[in-house]
Amino acid sequence: MMDTAWTRRNFLKRGTTLASLASTAPLFIQEASQAMSLPSHSLLTSLAGVPQERVLVVVQLGGGNDGLNTVVPYGEAEYYRKRPQLAIASPGKGSDAAIAIPGVDGLGLHPAFSGMRELLDEGVGTIVQGIGYPNPNRSHFSSMDIWHTADTSGRDNGWIGRYFDNTCPGTPKAGAAIALGNTAPLAMQGDRSLPVSFEMPELYRWMGGDLGGDVESTWRSMAAPDPSAPDTNLTFLKRTAMDAMVSSDQVRRAAALTPLATWPGGDLSDQLKMVAGMIRADMPTRVYYVTLGGFDTHANQEGSHQRLLRQVGNSLLAFNKELKAQGNDGRVLTMVFSEFGRRVGENASGGTDHGTAAPMYLVGPMVKPGVLGTHPSMTNLDDGDLKFTADFRQVYAAVLKNWMGADPDAILRKRWTPAPVLRA
Amino acid sequence: MPHALSPLPKNRFGYSEAEHLLARAGFGGTPEQILTLADMGCEDAVDSLLEWERVPDPGTDGSQFRSDIMTPLTRSQREKRQRARRSGDEAVLEEFREARQARQREDRRQMRDIQSWWLERLIETPRPLQEKLTLFWHGHFATGYRAVEDSWHMMLQNNFLRQNAGGNFRDDLVHGIIRDPAMIKYLNNNQNTRKAPNENLARELMELFTLGEGAGYTEDDIKEGARALTGMTYRDDTFAFNQRNHDSSGKRLFGRSGQFDGDDFVELIFQRPAISWFVPWKIHRFFVNDAIDVDSDTKRAVSRMGRTFRSRSWEVRPMLRELLCSSWFYDDRHRRTLIKSPVQLTVQAIRSLGTPARNINRLNQACGVMGQELFQPPSVKGWEAGRKWINTSTLFVRENTLVYLMTGRDPASRAWEASRGGWSAEPLVAHLRGLADRDEVVDVVTYLSRLLLGSPPTDGSLERWIAFARNRDSLDNETLTHLLSLMTAAPEYQLC
Repeated sequence: MMDTAWTRRNFLKRGTTLASLASTAPLFIQEASQAMSLPSHSLLTSLAGVPQERVLVVVQLGGGNDGLNTVVPYGEAEYYRKRPQLAIASPGKGSDAAIAIPGVDGLGLHPAFSGMRELLDEGVGTIVQGIGYPNPNRSHFSSMDIWHTADTSGRDNGWIGRYFDNTCPGTPKAGAAIALGNTAPLAMQGDRSLPVSFEMPELYRWMGGDLGGDVESTWRSMAAPDPSAPDTNLTFLKRTAMDAMVSSDQVRRAAALTPLATWPGGDLSDQLKMVAGMIRADMPTRVYYVTLGGFDTHANQEGSHQRLLRQVGNSLLAFNKELKAQGNDGRVLTMVFSEFGRRVGENASGGTDHGTAAPMYLVGPMVKPGVLGTHPSMTNLDDGDLKFTADFRQVYAAVLKNWMGADPDAILRKRWTPAPVLRA
Repeated sequence: MPHALSPLPKNRFGYSEAEHLLARAGFGGTPEQILTLADMGCEDAVDSLLEWERVPDPGTDGSQFRSDIMTPLTRSQREKRQRARRSGDEAVLEEFREARQARQREDRRQMRDIQSWWLERLIETPRPLQEKLTLFWHGHFATGYRAVEDSWHMMLQNNFLRQNAGGNFRDDLVHGIIRDPAMIKYLNNNQNTRKAPNENLARELMELFTLGEGAGYTEDDIKEGARALTGMTYRDDTFAFNQRNHDSSGKRLFGRSGQFDGDDFVELIFQRPAISWFVPWKIHRFFVNDAIDVDSDTKRAVSRMGRTFRSRSWEVRPMLRELLCSSWFYDDRHRRTLIKSPVQLTVQAIRSLGTPARNINRLNQACGVMGQELFQPPSVKGWEAGRKWINTSTLFVRENTLVYLMTGRDPASRAWEASRGGWSAEPLVAHLRGLADRDEVVDVVTYLSRLLLGSPPTDGSLERWIAFARNRDSLDNETLTHLLSLMTAAPEYQLC
């Protein structure tokens, strides 16, 4: 990150008060210490629209969202043949029918996914169809790893982690990447970058300090890890302990803000509300990661899928409203994905089994709105599964190149033609 | 030539080896317990943990819980509901819905009680290795309550894993788990039928339970294996084989043809080469070294485990005995390097420091926030463990849980609770009091840091803690507790 306040030379000039730390503390600690002494707006460049101000929010739908019942191919007779129980009727055919998408024939939205329709109407929502990758893996874990690593063997570190490794050489910053949830996702783990993650901001602090001022101050004087130490579990724990101390105060300040929009409630809503608070608090975070699970609908899919899609659509809508009210919507691109779609044919349990290609969703005024790409054929199948029409790494490449201002080839380790999903 | 798991020489088993053994093959203990083990010598110490039948188990078997909360409707109830559906009798249907919701609420409450029951067992057990292996198998044959929705079945599975924790992996555990109602429900095998095969159990049986992902099987083997498993279901609380739903026609598995059923499928899996690697590797990760990457020494050790596993027909104990008695297990490179699981952290703190367990439900919640809710692994893959336990947030929860155990300070509320205190750290250091010509502060701080962290940190922390203690008026219980809060917040405390 090339923010002028953060260049190494600048730091060395201004960092005299931290001189004693300079030989032992990793750079991000020095920077964080300095950040606390600066007014928060100087953490960001003042020019609107430059990459430093841009934020990416990744929404992971865990379990494999049923793409065919999210964006419904009601124009395809085959859809109704393969899904006698679960298929959603064409728009206009009853109260549970699909929602039409203006200007698009044969495709509609799940009736509970009306939030997405509003985003499309506003020109800030995009559905990218037929996203997948070659030789699809139908294991949750492997396919999720493939999406997280952007590598079809799944054996690499995370693509977002590599983004930070590549764009902030030598200076991973605590809080540059924040994941909400119990564990930081593989996608955010780079060689050096360390994602911050938490579920409840108010518990995001050490309470031993309440025992006494001298306890707190002794704890705060914990030793910075030796940056040249070998990568053992202990070194890892020391780095994490230092990160935790630095990011704790920042995060709790952001969580205390009152939201500007009305939120629907629910797990995803709560997470996006927290993200919106942190964006509003001008945290120097470039990537936020939120997750919603429960999409593994092998049995009795109808009710659970409806509740999930209602939450996804309405939460994305509230997030957009909140960001607009803050005046931050232009800074934030939201990308929604799941590790795979479901099989074309329903199973006998009123559910669907693990499948392959499915749509991705993008939200923000910077997207090319509408339904993009090519819907996979419903008849030319690969062993009962849809054949993908675009690789997810083309979407990553577009996000990295056209939004984050990074070189996608280096991060994705291969040249992918960016999918034309963002405005120039 | 000595093999990769040559036994530890007799004279090399002392206090720190016994401490290592009790932490890894159990949940740690007091200095007195560690000394007792050290005096036994390595083999007897390992056997005292491994042959747990010698020790009476005073814990309950869970029969105090209700088995009937989620019992399916009787025939006459089902017929009544069917009639109401046909006639559109909303009042009756609503009654059924409400009754079901009430039962689900009651069952969730019982599930919390069962979580606490197990956590109490873990804290109290005189058979630590049996409980530790039960925890291992729970993570291995991961099954989550949210999908099973029957607390009694979760409890039955827990007892099954406990009873077979040191049994035969193939005959007891794998053949048993495909008959386990909770597992059958969790991986949808009750819906796996001749007409509509469901691949979930077949896939995970190979990928996660026996062979490892992609290790010697194909997508076709999954499809055929799923057909072999058709009809294996449960009725009420027990396994049932539904002949009508079973696909008895010919199948082709791993290049062999036959009318295989689920048990044949298991037997064929155990003839695959990868069976000697995957589970020994997971056991090695759990007990010895949690790194994902396998170096050449580790590869030799795990290969040796696999050889013993195979030659002893998949019995768990001979493999584990050889490992726990080996020089490799006690090698310096493995000491204080394993990141404690949330349950390990919590249980070990109570067992080794002797703190009160406080509110057991709170501890369950804390373990959940730290990433390890019992009976609710994050997925069928279980807990990934190692560094995946740790991020900035879980680290705070870990440290705060220790503060809670020692002081009664509730981690989820801002106020100090009435349950505050009630624990004295004094017994830990009583033997260091009033010694002539000694610096008591240095002795106490150094001793405690050794007790908690293995050895005093060399990064300046020890000096800071000594300075902290010197600035206090006295080295009373409050100061000791505060010192221990600082030490348990040291990164080293997360390792065992």
